Amino acid sequence: MKKKESKKIKKLTIHFMPHREIAKLSSIERIKKLLKIILDNKLIVLQGRLNPEEETRLIEDTMIMIGNIKGFKGIELAVISPESNEKKFFKKIKLNITNVLLGYKEALTIIGPATIVKEMKKDPKKLEIMMR
Amino acid sequence: MMIKILKNFTKRIFQKLFRKKKEISLGFYGPPNAGKTSLANKICKDWTGEELGKVSKIPHETRKIQFKEKVEIKYKEKRLTFKLVDSPGITTKVDYETFMKLKMKKKQAQKRAKEATQGIVEAIKWLDGMDAVVVVLDATKNPYDQINMIIVGNLIAKKIPILIVANKIDLKRAKAKKIESAFPEYEVIGISAKYGKNLNGFYESIFKLVKKIK
Repeated sequence: MKKKESKKIKKLTIHFMPHREIAKLSSIERIKKLLKIILDNKLIVLQGRLNPEEETRLIEDTMIMIGNIKGFKGIELAVISPESNEKKFFKKIKLNITNVLLGYKEALTIIGPATIVKEMKKDPKKLEIMMR
Repeated sequence: MMIKILKNFTKRIFQKLFRKKKEISLGFYGPPNAGKTSLANKICKDWTGEELGKVSKIPHETRKIQFKEKVEIKYKEKRLTFKLVDSPGITTKVDYETFMKLKMKKKQAQKRAKEATQGIVEAIKWLDGMDAVVVVLDATKNPYDQINMIIVGNLIAKKIPILIVANKIDLKRAKAKKIESAFPEYEVIGISAKYGKNLNGFYESIFKLVKKIK
């Protein structure tokens, strides 16, 4: 009898990205860089966070990639910060602080491919990453 | 100098007059299966007699922007007319295998996934045209999900007034208070689109919301 092949992942690479690595890049270049690493099946831990426009751009590009790259199912992402909620970040957006990433280094953005990361459960105090 | 001031004044008056004639675009945004179309249907059925779109338990039933023009609602002798824009649910991943688990055939599931991804891109593009947005969240789900933060953050950046709706409060596991804690600076209104619960409160909030349009 054939043994049922285990689908559990055996290896996970975490790519740590200090914010200086993308600070000087344009929004398009930032997204491109992040998605390239995700396509390598790596989990990114980014110091800081993207600004709102970049976040939606990331979703748009991800959707386009799902339709064009075989086996790609999208991403899972979460932002964790010392603040218990996003109040501070929302305030910064309201105040038009354009380079939120530079001004929000204390946050961490975790992005992973949906083929590896099943779900990211975030609540004010913790982040749970469920793997496939 | 005087001519310039006069010119600007006239321009502002004309702009105001013109803006008043333009119909307000009220967008319904949120993650998939939060009940955006159910709420849009309820409003359209109550005030125009016709529903807007199909609803389903399978995610991504709405895969294209659908809208109804000239929806007139009344609340305490006040009237409001707007264009109701129902958008596909925004998410960061779409997997056709999820649909197959819900008894959909492979080809059909793949087609649905493709349309869903296109719908999400379309929904994001339409955001710029919205005058105000109702963010519909499922009160039984975790409000801290990053996609909710991205949607709200983007609306703030675009300076679009927001009303947050905690839908499905008819369900026992619904926690509207948790949504309030996640977005303490915004008005959160608990409703049940399916059973029409607290729709009066919702309409009252809509009138308050449109006042914030600049």
